[in-house]
Amino acid sequence: MKKTKLSFWGFLFPVLFAFVAVQLIPTVIGLGYSFTDWNGISREINFVNFDNYARVFTGDPEFMGAFWFTVRFAIVTVISVNLVGFALALIVTQGFKGSNLLRAVFFVPNLIGGILLGFTWQFIFTKVFQSIGDKLGLGFLDGWLSTPETGFWGLVIVTTWQLAGYMMIIYIASIQNIPDSLKEAAQIDGAGPWKRLTRITIPLIAPAFTIGLFLSLSNSFKLFDQNLSLTGGGPYKSTQMLALNIYNTAFTYNELGYAQAKAVIFLIVVAVISLTQLYFSKKREVEM
Amino acid sequence: MGRKLSRVITGLVGLALGILFLFPLYVLAINSFKTQKGIFLDVLALPADPYFTFKNYPQAFEKLDYLASLGNSLLISVVSTLLIVVLSAMAAWVLVRYKIKTSTVVFMTFATAMLIPFQCVMLPLVRLMSTPSYIAALIALAGVYLAFLLSLVVRAAAEKRLGSGKAKIPAWIAFLVLAPALALLLLAVIRSRGELTALNRPGLIFMYVGFGASLSIILFHGFIKNVPLELEEAATIDGCSPFRTFWQVVFPLLRTISVTVAILNVMWIWNDFLLPQLTINKAGWQTIPLKTYFFFGQFSKRWDLATAGLIMGMLPIVIFYLFCQKYIVKGITDGAIK
Repeated sequence: MKKTKLSFWGFLFPVLFAFVAVQLIPTVIGLGYSFTDWNGISREINFVNFDNYARVFTGDPEFMGAFWFTVRFAIVTVISVNLVGFALALIVTQGFKGSNLLRAVFFVPNLIGGILLGFTWQFIFTKVFQSIGDKLGLGFLDGWLSTPETGFWGLVIVTTWQLAGYMMIIYIASIQNIPDSLKEAAQIDGAGPWKRLTRITIPLIAPAFTIGLFLSLSNSFKLFDQNLSLTGGGPYKSTQMLALNIYNTAFTYNELGYAQAKAVIFLIVVAVISLTQLYFSKKREVEM
Repeated sequence: MGRKLSRVITGLVGLALGILFLFPLYVLAINSFKTQKGIFLDVLALPADPYFTFKNYPQAFEKLDYLASLGNSLLISVVSTLLIVVLSAMAAWVLVRYKIKTSTVVFMTFATAMLIPFQCVMLPLVRLMSTPSYIAALIALAGVYLAFLLSLVVRAAAEKRLGSGKAKIPAWIAFLVLAPALALLLLAVIRSRGELTALNRPGLIFMYVGFGASLSIILFHGFIKNVPLELEEAATIDGCSPFRTFWQVVFPLLRTISVTVAILNVMWIWNDFLLPQLTINKAGWQTIPLKTYFFFGQFSKRWDLATAGLIMGMLPIVIFYLFCQKYIVKGITDGAIK
């Protein structure tokens, strides 16, 4: 290929153009808006300095509530999604009849969009749980999604149900990369199933755990669709997560400038988490 | 013996988990065939006679405006995905092959942008996309680019006519004539159709290209790095233009990664809710997730219609999965491990 500037920019232009127009410029402008009282209606937009940011940290218990709810949710979900996903991967790699079909089944929830999933589970939690609870006399199955606690666990269950199959696929790929000879050697040396799991399988698929943790953490931090359709943040905003809080600030209260300041904080939090985690996981891999 | 037994036990545990995983969908499906009263009386029972009905489906079909929503979802996901695949492959190719500083900077910018959550962009984006001067500037730029492509075609055709070799026509002559003409023409066409805005289906597709670029370029970039140079060099020596080299030599080699990129983008765009909600939330333009959301708001206590509507909403992607399962699983794996 003749390397000319013209062909370089000719090939790069279309996608770079779209990217700059819909991501880069809005990000920069958004940074600017976060220092204003933009409300989306009035033509007049005033510069308000750091007022929006100060308000986020001092005068907005709703945002702080959403923040801690999201943190709690992310911690629990990362653990449950990866545990279940890893367990599923171990099960379907045992090579029994029908394990391929099972793999396909576990992955199905992942195909369906968050909005549809949230509504589906709203039906399960409110109608089906109730019915099972009545039949078996289990009181704790009553009134799901009507309290903050059941709303929290509802979100955890839906997210785990949806993402576990995805993590399973990642873990399967790396379990299959472990040479059989290693497992056989361990078995001949008398290592039991538990020992083989903790001494061979888990250390060897450490990179997959990095990916799994990274993906599930950023997914659960940014969760929006399921939150909107399953609980809508209710009851009384107790299950509102960060993304939904930003959305409501902008579109329910019409405080777009303020919402943008929250979004910038959201960006910083998400970026810091992703980068730290990536850093530590890479470091650990090198040490191993 | 012990090994066989443990395999049977794992199989049974797996089976139990499989049933548990499918249970919500099963309950949803059986209730979509019951009347409202049937659902009220017992959600777990199979649909049986006085309460069995097929009528939920035609009703939900109508209320969801199903064919139109399905058509919109298909149009938007398929066109966006095709554009993303082709344009990102083109960009990634030059980013790998031109070992210059600009390549690194551009690539790093794409990679870093993956960290930006959508909430951070959405408010200014919607505002910009409905600002006529911004859209006019975008269209003018696109016009200049198209003029650039056309001028290359014109030059190639002219040179063919005049015979190859000596008579070199500077492309910029053609370009100077074409660029303003095309930019103005595009502006006029769009202007004539009313308010200049990108809050419509073509605008949404453009936005998807911008948002899909990062991940797709990273995936293509990683793949192209391992594609040997020899073939491209041979093509260049034979006198292929970069354009022909890309289409006839490089792009066919990218088939597997293109499928991966396509699958990841189709699944994301098909299920996406917030961006369409903010940009094309108008009767006749809505996609399946968007329509489902409003349908649900309207009929939240009508579980007979809602269950049928949800099943219909899920059906297309599940069918897609049944046919392309192998590719989807591979795509997900590659996409995650990137």
